[in-house]
Amino acid sequence: MTWTRLPKLTFWRAVLVVILAAGFYSTLLRFTKGLGAATALSDRFPWGLWIGFDVLCGVGLAAGGFTLAAVVYIFHLERFHPILRPTILTAFLGYALVAVALLFDLGRPYRIWHPLIMWNPRSVMFEVAWCVMLYLTVLALEFSPVVFERFGWRKPLKIVRSMTIVLVIAGVLLSTLHQSSLGSLYLIVPSKLHPLWYSPLLPVFFFVSAIAVGLAMVIFESNLSARAYGREIEMPLLADLGKAMAVVLAFYGLMRLEDVISRGAGRYLLKPTSETVLFGLEVLLGIAVPLAMLFVRRVRENREGLFAAAVLVITGFLLNRLNVSITGMEGFSGTLYFPKWTEVAVTLSLVGVAFALFALAVRYLDLFGPQPSDAVARREEAISRVTG
Amino acid sequence: MSKAILVDTTRCIGCGACVSACQEANGLPENDDTQLTAQTLNVVETHGEVFVRRFCMHCLDPTCASVCPVGAFRKTASGPVVYDADRCMGCRYCMMACPFSIPRYEWNAVLPKVSKCTMCAPRQAKGQQPACTEACPVEASVFGERDELIAEARRRIRENPSGYMGHIYGEDEAGGTSVLYLSAVPFESLGLPVDVPHDPLPMYTYRVLSKIPSLVSLGSVLLGGIWWITNRRNEVARAEGTGGEESGGDDQ
Repeated sequence: MTWTRLPKLTFWRAVLVVILAAGFYSTLLRFTKGLGAATALSDRFPWGLWIGFDVLCGVGLAAGGFTLAAVVYIFHLERFHPILRPTILTAFLGYALVAVALLFDLGRPYRIWHPLIMWNPRSVMFEVAWCVMLYLTVLALEFSPVVFERFGWRKPLKIVRSMTIVLVIAGVLLSTLHQSSLGSLYLIVPSKLHPLWYSPLLPVFFFVSAIAVGLAMVIFESNLSARAYGREIEMPLLADLGKAMAVVLAFYGLMRLEDVISRGAGRYLLKPTSETVLFGLEVLLGIAVPLAMLFVRRVRENREGLFAAAVLVITGFLLNRLNVSITGMEGFSGTLYFPKWTEVAVTLSLVGVAFALFALAVRYLDLFGPQPSDAVARREEAISRVTG
Repeated sequence: MSKAILVDTTRCIGCGACVSACQEANGLPENDDTQLTAQTLNVVETHGEVFVRRFCMHCLDPTCASVCPVGAFRKTASGPVVYDADRCMGCRYCMMACPFSIPRYEWNAVLPKVSKCTMCAPRQAKGQQPACTEACPVEASVFGERDELIAEARRRIRENPSGYMGHIYGEDEAGGTSVLYLSAVPFESLGLPVDVPHDPLPMYTYRVLSKIPSLVSLGSVLLGGIWWITNRRNEVARAEGTGGEESGGDDQ
């Protein structure tokens, strides 16, 4: 691999050090002086950036993991195999980030295990807690062969591989539950969440948009790793993912449109409020524009065009989650929430650590497998692994 | 039968006796908070000419109890909604979800708790009434059986229809609450949320949660089935020597 290109990353290393220093200070503040000192949260606005971004967006951005695992193992589209490992790793890091963010956000993080023995199946949060725990375990197992290979541990490798299909099915089911349950969390606030976003279909919207953003993330990461590590990009594969993304996005857009009209929330779009602007941005940037781009074959099959569409889908997705969790709730709360710098520092630190871990994995593990020229051999091996 | 509190805002003189009694009964410091805080479980707000007590509504089917992942909230048979701090992990979903925005948090504590009125559950267990209703000098707040208090509220409205709004706030809000309000002016102008649905909010999430078992069983059969079919196709294709990597599944 081309480690000679690494010096290019030193600027980012410097940025990372600054972010981590700020994050370290914020962590100390959070755990010695409490949430009030480290965050802009209040009785009127009890959930902020750590839930809105770290948890809601983190889980969504990890959705590439279950989407691609289903494509490769359940639908047997083996040619997508070469990009599966980095995607599973991203999903695992995303979920680990969510779990760590929860440790910051929970008032008493040392009780994070309470849902294991103190049950309340009527609570969506109970479902969320179990999904995070179980899916994190599944992702760790799904990724473990890469680590076992590295150390030549044949026995555990064999055991995990024999469970592959069970793990993948469990992963897809848990993801379906978890992605949708994050939307279900907000079903309980019909009088608090702005009508442009409150819908009985929130769990469906969260699930479908997660699939779209999962595909967008695979495209996004493949481009970044290709650029950073001088790898050849799997353009035909990504263009196909782009096509699938367009289908999901069109479906999602139609559902959102139908929902706003049928609930009579369309009249809010005529009012000149910040919510209207944010809703418009979300739909335009995240759905309409990328959809138009993806329908044009020349854009879809062009590396920059596809990358731009993926970035737009991700942006729209982030806007949607932040609108549901923060801006859509501000009107009712009667306050304006804006995160303190210490909150932002913790979030950036977690993202930075995830990036650093990914870079380490690229260096020390066989993440990308053989280069595309070996794809045939790879394919044979993959098929025999699944079938035998 | 369960206990309730009827607050008649047309009688309240804003003396604050209920606030002091609440602080004393709950061992909270005296303060001048004008809104609910972690240290203030009961306040008297002023809206124009009218004084309104605000405290936990003690819903019949409490949203907080349904959303808490560890079951820290519980509706007791006698009426109060109580909180067990030893279970709480501090996710604050109760604060998000409460349609009346009642629960408060100890934001500056390293080991924080949620706080809210307990309807003096400990006093009730000893056969006493809540400190606030006992302290009220003008019977603006009275304690009793919920059914009887609703009958009493209806009687007051019937006998003085021009002096009251024709609605008992809390009779149906959020599926009904154990705290009931009477008012001469629209409830909206008293700062009480009027958009609260009249059916119990826990239903909104239960409708979805109850589908999980069938989703999981159907999902695993479906996914397993697709895997088996595409796998079989590949096997057949390989046996026929055509190398059918892409023959399975729907490639868009």
